[in-house]
Amino acid sequence: MNDDVSVKNKKLGQKLAIAAIAMFGFGYALVPLYDVLCEWKWIERDRPDAIKAIPETAYTVDVNRNVNVEFMTSLNENTPMVFSSEMPQLQVHPGEYHTVNFYAENKTNKTMVARAIPSFSPALTSTYFEKVECFCFSEQTFAPHEKKTMPMRFVVNPALPADYKTITLSYTFFDNTETAVKK
Amino acid sequence: MSAVTAEHGHDDHHDDHAHGPEKGWLRWIITTNHKDIGTLYLLFALAMFFVGGAMAMVIRAELFEPGMQFVDPKFFNSMTTMHALVMVFGAVMPAFVGLANWMIPMMIGAPDMALPRMNNMSFWLLVSGVLLLASTLFMEGGAPAGGWTLYPPLVLQTGKALPFAIFSVHLLGISSILGAINIVATILNMRAPAMPLMKMPMFVWTWLITGFLLIAIMPVFAGAVTMLLTDKFFHTSFFDAAGGGDPVLYQHIFWFFGHPEVYVMILPTFGVASTIIPVFARKPLFGYSSMVYATASIAFLSFIVWAHHMFTVGMPIAGELYFMYATMLIAIPTGVKVFNWTATMWKGAMTFETPMLFSIAFVVLFTLGGFTGLMMSVAPVDFQYHDTYFIVAHFHYTLVPASVFILMAAGYFWLPKWTGHMYNEKIGQLHFWLSTISVNILFFPQHFLGLAGMPRRIPDYAIQFADWNMISSIGGFIFGASQLLFLWIVIDTIKGGTGEKVTDEVWEDAHKHGLEWTLPSPVPYHTFSTPPTVIPCDHN
Repeated sequence: MNDDVSVKNKKLGQKLAIAAIAMFGFGYALVPLYDVLCEWKWIERDRPDAIKAIPETAYTVDVNRNVNVEFMTSLNENTPMVFSSEMPQLQVHPGEYHTVNFYAENKTNKTMVARAIPSFSPALTSTYFEKVECFCFSEQTFAPHEKKTMPMRFVVNPALPADYKTITLSYTFFDNTETAVKK
Repeated sequence: MSAVTAEHGHDDHHDDHAHGPEKGWLRWIITTNHKDIGTLYLLFALAMFFVGGAMAMVIRAELFEPGMQFVDPKFFNSMTTMHALVMVFGAVMPAFVGLANWMIPMMIGAPDMALPRMNNMSFWLLVSGVLLLASTLFMEGGAPAGGWTLYPPLVLQTGKALPFAIFSVHLLGISSILGAINIVATILNMRAPAMPLMKMPMFVWTWLITGFLLIAIMPVFAGAVTMLLTDKFFHTSFFDAAGGGDPVLYQHIFWFFGHPEVYVMILPTFGVASTIIPVFARKPLFGYSSMVYATASIAFLSFIVWAHHMFTVGMPIAGELYFMYATMLIAIPTGVKVFNWTATMWKGAMTFETPMLFSIAFVVLFTLGGFTGLMMSVAPVDFQYHDTYFIVAHFHYTLVPASVFILMAAGYFWLPKWTGHMYNEKIGQLHFWLSTISVNILFFPQHFLGLAGMPRRIPDYAIQFADWNMISSIGGFIFGASQLLFLWIVIDTIKGGTGEKVTDEVWEDAHKHGLEWTLPSPVPYHTFSTPPTVIPCDHN
């Protein structure tokens, strides 16, 4: 191989390597890009609107329609808690306010900081599910072995498209004690 | 040039005169010769094909009957995950890199790859990566078991193996990137002056495009798994909902890599098919330039269709529609290719040696896999097919009787050139028929299972799925056993084969189709130290 070609090869190799490194950066750039696309509603996402309190407004109750709201409770891996809801499901009329209690217990001898994250299925219903009061709006601090009863007050906006007859609301508790201490 | 013996066994690598390979085993460690490295890649891929195949046998044995028979569910899940990772990153991709190493310099009239030392490094990084991955099988908590896509939060529950699996992906990624850089540099810089881009063989074209794909996507995958690593050990929250992250983001990043990745495995397949079919049809390749543009279009489209893997994730309707129509577009350039291969065979003076048989089976069965892909591109029906055995059947049709069959075809096609010996045609044809029949017994019933609702990645199933699973498993065992014939043929051919002396062109009039057939058989250690001036042109 003559030296000219060898130099050319090295130069091209370097350019391609730079392209590869740039693509590594591009992978990370997808993270903020994703947030932007979610904000523009190009990608549907539950949070953060779903975690915001919405002031109680009086809607006309649509008594002719029933929406079945299902409640699911789960714990993230290794979260030492007990977590359940008062009832597995509830029939509601759109526009009608309801309060459902959730129970959580810290199973450890230490103070624990935990955060419940909601998720809706179908995801598109999250915009119509308005919460006045919820334990998921902020981190919850649990004293050792503390049991808490946490009410969640909500309304299904009557604007919910008629196609949706069931909304599944799932809460997952995450143990944030370690991250909370670092802050 | 043809009389290359080991008489100049000196160590001076700066010496451009023809000298033989290094003596002894050290040759295979320190070699920078493209043919040696190609051989290493191909043998390594063959070994991994059997390792990944053994894992598939465990899967099919467990699924032979409903209920738990042989392994526990955790290990079963490790097997599905590791089977995929080993086959993708250990077998199919390295096999095509091996072919690229062996064939591209010979096809374009270059003396070696552009960056020979980096070439050696890519290979040994690959071996390290695969060994690291294999070591996770013996770790506390077992090998990764959350599927090859490594979706969080499930994958974060992997035991001690998680960081090792992630570092192994890093090593495999770096190896692929270096390999791709080398191949692109070779093709762009090292062609014989008499070979313009539009006269390159199709295999070279497909690899040029695949090389760019790899450079673009492997770093993105490396980034995604690095985010998993920092989420798990350094309290970042890329995919952790508690910290404001979103697991769905991982799926977007993964499939931005993942969809082009599946084309990394299929584009070189197209290239080899476009090389073999004209030789046995005794006609030039039909529609060469449309083949080039179709390959480039498929590569471009692969970057803008990724979310069709995620139709059920909860996208707005506009997103579903966009990804649905964009995906359907891929059928157009792919159809162009299938019609071109068919037209190449049309009225050709065809003969049916083993490489041609495998290539024809590829055209038929790949098309079948393509059709099921088109079915799944329809977003509303994908909700039924998603994560069932239907998708398993689909991608196995595009990978096994497509990529793997074409790799077999390539083996039969070029082994006589590489070794100077002829393989046993009878055993070759037996291997072909057993493989083709059993691969359909293995994968075709999986369409039915999927449509009936059997989920993928489960060790046990409802009894209504029992019959087709048993048939599929029987097909799997026959297919697995048949591949031992291929192993026998490779060893036998290297050792002397039928004893028949092969000619330089091996196949009748092959010298009209590619530069590699103008070289002596077996190919000398160094070739094209001076670039050829006459380029056989397989088209126009």
